[in-house]
Amino acid sequence: MKICITSMGNEKDAMMDSRFGRCPYFAIYDTETKEYEFMENNGVTAPGGAGIAAGQQVVSKGAEVVITGFIGPNAKRVIEGGQIKVYNGKGGSIEAEIKLYEEGKLTMIENAAPAHSGMGK
Amino acid sequence: MKIAVLSGKGGTGKTTVSTNIATVMNWNYVDCDVEEPNGFIFLKPEVKKTEYVKIPVPKIDEEKCIRCNKCADVCQFNALAGTKTGIIFFDKLCHGCGACTMVCPVGAITEEGRKIGKIDIGNTESIKCMRGLLDIGEPMAPPIIKRLKALVDEETTIIDCSPGSSCSVVAAIEGVDVAILVTEATPFGLHDLKIAVELVRQMNIPFGIVLNRADEEHDLITRYCEEEKIALVGKIPYAKKAAVLYSEGKLLIEDEEYNKMFKGIGERILGVKACS
Repeated sequence: MKICITSMGNEKDAMMDSRFGRCPYFAIYDTETKEYEFMENNGVTAPGGAGIAAGQQVVSKGAEVVITGFIGPNAKRVIEGGQIKVYNGKGGSIEAEIKLYEEGKLTMIENAAPAHSGMGK
Repeated sequence: MKIAVLSGKGGTGKTTVSTNIATVMNWNYVDCDVEEPNGFIFLKPEVKKTEYVKIPVPKIDEEKCIRCNKCADVCQFNALAGTKTGIIFFDKLCHGCGACTMVCPVGAITEEGRKIGKIDIGNTESIKCMRGLLDIGEPMAPPIIKRLKALVDEETTIIDCSPGSSCSVVAAIEGVDVAILVTEATPFGLHDLKIAVELVRQMNIPFGIVLNRADEEHDLITRYCEEEKIALVGKIPYAKKAAVLYSEGKLLIEDEEYNKMFKGIGERILGVKACS
């Protein structure tokens, strides 16, 4: 199974980014091979619809779980369409967030954050 | 002939200049500031006809769709996303370009009109007036502006633009014969004026400047026009009686002094066109 974490950097000791649509990187962790892959978020450069572009990227990558801080209404629709579960991270490093998830310590995000709440940070 | 009135900065007096000159010169008036068209407050025309503006948006036939995602990949505006459960469409992001319909290999996409606003057409005792009105919550003004401009005939017409130098302004000034840049004598006014000047120069539109709320002591705009060799076609002084008339929703040309002043500005605008 692939877990996607919104990340501030492209290394596994990077911190989680609390934004979904406008985070700089996605960390993809494969629970079977225990390997990390990092990809730039297409949403960052999108003039509009950042959350949708980011959501599309995560869906296309085949992730089944997303760990982030906040997710906007449009991105949530795409993620739901991709049948991906979204968890609320604690803002630690990528490795720490995965550990928390595996220990069952993260809660699922039920509601979308207000649109554009990740802008201008 | 089409004359666009724009300004880099909001609140400088575009609508005041547009409505007064249009009335005093007997030119038609078109309000392209579709997010906040205020011109009709002063002109008070009788609206005779209203038409709705729609943009074509995709309608996806789930049964025909083979989930190839080509439509989502081609969309430059992120209006479509392909997921396991089907294609998701975000109507507010769609620019109605039709690329998705073109790339669909199985003909699963048809187009339907989505209303984004309306156009009011009417007239005062002397001039024809039109305005566009974007529906609340709609993000895209250019389709309404383009439709408005398609309705403008050969008669001399003033086009009142939105503030700034956004795509709405570009759509409004495209193809006009002359532009009037309204500004105020403040550092902010000058800063935004320079951006507007760059825009009209790049689009090769002859232009002149009208200084509103002119103040002889702080005349940085006059100096700028001299340095840049730009025609300063009018100066509207800072006066209480102008503010009083404006606040009552009246045209400034009800006052004799302003009437003469706006006539002068109108004639000099024709001069800018003739000299170009």
